[in-house]
Amino acid sequence: MSLDHSSDSALPIKISGLTKKYGDMYALDAVDLDIKSGEFLTLLGPSGSGKTTLLMAIAGFNRPDAGSIRFADQEMILYPPHRREVGMVFQSYALFPHMTVAENIAFPLKLRKVSVEECALRVEEALQTVQLDGLGARNIDQLSGGQRQRVALARAFVFRPRILLMDEPLSALDKKLRERMQIELKQLHRQLGVTTVYVTHDQREALTMSDRIAVINHGKLVQVDTPEAIYNAPANAFVADFIGESTLLPLSLGGGDQLYFGDQSIATVQAAVSAQGGTENNQGWSLVVRPERLLVLDKNSSSSQPLINGFAFDGIVFGGTIRESVFQGESAFLIVALASGADSSGVDVAVRFSTGKAANIESLANGQQIELGLHREDVIVIPQEAD
Amino acid sequence: MAASAGSRLKHADALKRQNRLEQWTLLGLAAPALVVIVLVVLIPVGWLFYLSFLGGDGQFSLENYQKMLKYKSYARTFMTTFQVSILTTLICILIGYPLAYFLAQLPNRIAGLFMLTVLLPFWTSLLVRTYAWLVLLQRKGILNDFAIQIGLWDSPVKLVHNMTGTLIGMAHIMLPFLVLPLYNAMKKIDRDLMQAASNLGATPTRAFWQIYFPLSMPGMVAGSLIVFVLCLGFYVTPAVLGGGRVIMVATQITAILENQYDWGAASALGVVLLVATILVLILASRLFKLDSALFGKG
Repeated sequence: MSLDHSSDSALPIKISGLTKKYGDMYALDAVDLDIKSGEFLTLLGPSGSGKTTLLMAIAGFNRPDAGSIRFADQEMILYPPHRREVGMVFQSYALFPHMTVAENIAFPLKLRKVSVEECALRVEEALQTVQLDGLGARNIDQLSGGQRQRVALARAFVFRPRILLMDEPLSALDKKLRERMQIELKQLHRQLGVTTVYVTHDQREALTMSDRIAVINHGKLVQVDTPEAIYNAPANAFVADFIGESTLLPLSLGGGDQLYFGDQSIATVQAAVSAQGGTENNQGWSLVVRPERLLVLDKNSSSSQPLINGFAFDGIVFGGTIRESVFQGESAFLIVALASGADSSGVDVAVRFSTGKAANIESLANGQQIELGLHREDVIVIPQEAD
Repeated sequence: MAASAGSRLKHADALKRQNRLEQWTLLGLAAPALVVIVLVVLIPVGWLFYLSFLGGDGQFSLENYQKMLKYKSYARTFMTTFQVSILTTLICILIGYPLAYFLAQLPNRIAGLFMLTVLLPFWTSLLVRTYAWLVLLQRKGILNDFAIQIGLWDSPVKLVHNMTGTLIGMAHIMLPFLVLPLYNAMKKIDRDLMQAASNLGATPTRAFWQIYFPLSMPGMVAGSLIVFVLCLGFYVTPAVLGGGRVIMVATQITAILENQYDWGAASALGVVLLVATILVLILASRLFKLDSALFGKG
């Protein structure tokens, strides 16, 4: 069973200057976004960030105040939704309750005057693709949440749209099923090859599924990049905080070009500026500390050289006091109050480590002194935000 | 690990007693209503039923029912009753559906305001509303005067004391009974469904007929049935606005009682109307799965 996999099965989307105002608030503020043909792009942002507004504008359900939405070379901004030929999976699934599963999936085909025989064939094919073979005659209220989700998906791609939109399609499912569907959606995307725009507020979901992530906040795109790049080189504090866990440690400018945390030299301003694509800033800089990138160093008894598992460690070392230790099964984390630095006193950082290692959480009691290490290549420095 | 037989029976009787007590308490809450229904509905209806089978000599007889078959006027009355009820229901649907659709599209607060205009007449006395229509529609009434003034027609048109007047008055009075359940059903239709339909390629017209209309059917069936059944037994409006030309069953029952004081004949008419109404409801429930229409999706 193979679905249409031809090269024309996807369209690029070019959005420019898209603006939508609700009262005094910009839901979309001159958004420019190029979505490549066949790409899986996720719009990620907190609620009210404008991500759904942007998706609805692509689908044609809301009327922007200004801007352009092009599918390939075709300007779509004035097209009504029923002429845009994009598939969409709704958060509520929006399955027609008075139709069976097969009738739901056949609905877009019948509108396109597909012959009865081909219609039946394609419905069956779509059902197989979403692993619901044989459930075509069921009523919608006889399906579980996961099955409804699959029907909604089948209905969205059965008419072979060249763009597929999904509005938080997995948010109503429980955690296990959600994680399984994330992988299945990713596989389905590869199989269909269709340009996919996915909306979620779940950063983990975005990291799992996307070719690229567009982080959106207050109606503006903050950063558009691959999951790895966004995680490893967040553009600002919002992205660093929203994607993954992180603690921001404010740095002070020391002698020459050096940025310091306490008495530790962290990075040079020049390196920080070049990591930000050459943008200078005069608000100061912060160190982004990811919990899993911090290492618990061996308790030093005699030598002055820090050690990790008995080997010398030549990265950055932070001293601190354990405030809390939490066991969570596959991993454990510590909350450590950092001691170093006058203006940074009282900063808590989280440290996450795998419990499989020799690391014995029971030996890490509250109130104990501890040394944490950070490899120099894990240093992420971002500009501080103006308050 | 199996519990021992003894621990499984612990407090079993006491818990069962509690269960039973709760059920009786619930029944107790319904008791006042049940008593009223028995006293003012079941007993009088049973009494009428009994009377309808009494002949002039006080013995059991079918003569009241045979009379109905013998005289054409009875058949005509039933014809008129169903005709008026069906036409009123259709008029209510034609006016009420677009109205309910309009209301359902509005934001709740504004819809509430418009709903007042539907409900306001509902709260005024039936008699007042009926006579108000008389004032509006009569030969020298406001409507005729106005129409002649703007040249719509030359001489007064007979708008009342006939079928037209009866239908206008009844449709007006019945409209809320259709609009309310219909509005309710429409409010429950997920807006995403219409968006989904249009996303899948349906024009607004197709989306309406294939998605919205079928989903609003339960409300429409419920409302239409309420209107139809209420119409079957209606008295005041056809009596006043029909001007003696539109004789429905209820009118005829009154006439029989006033003119002939024939309780048997009047009861028989009532029984036939009741049976006809019940038949209509049974038929409708077969056709439209009425329980879901009247009581929501269970």
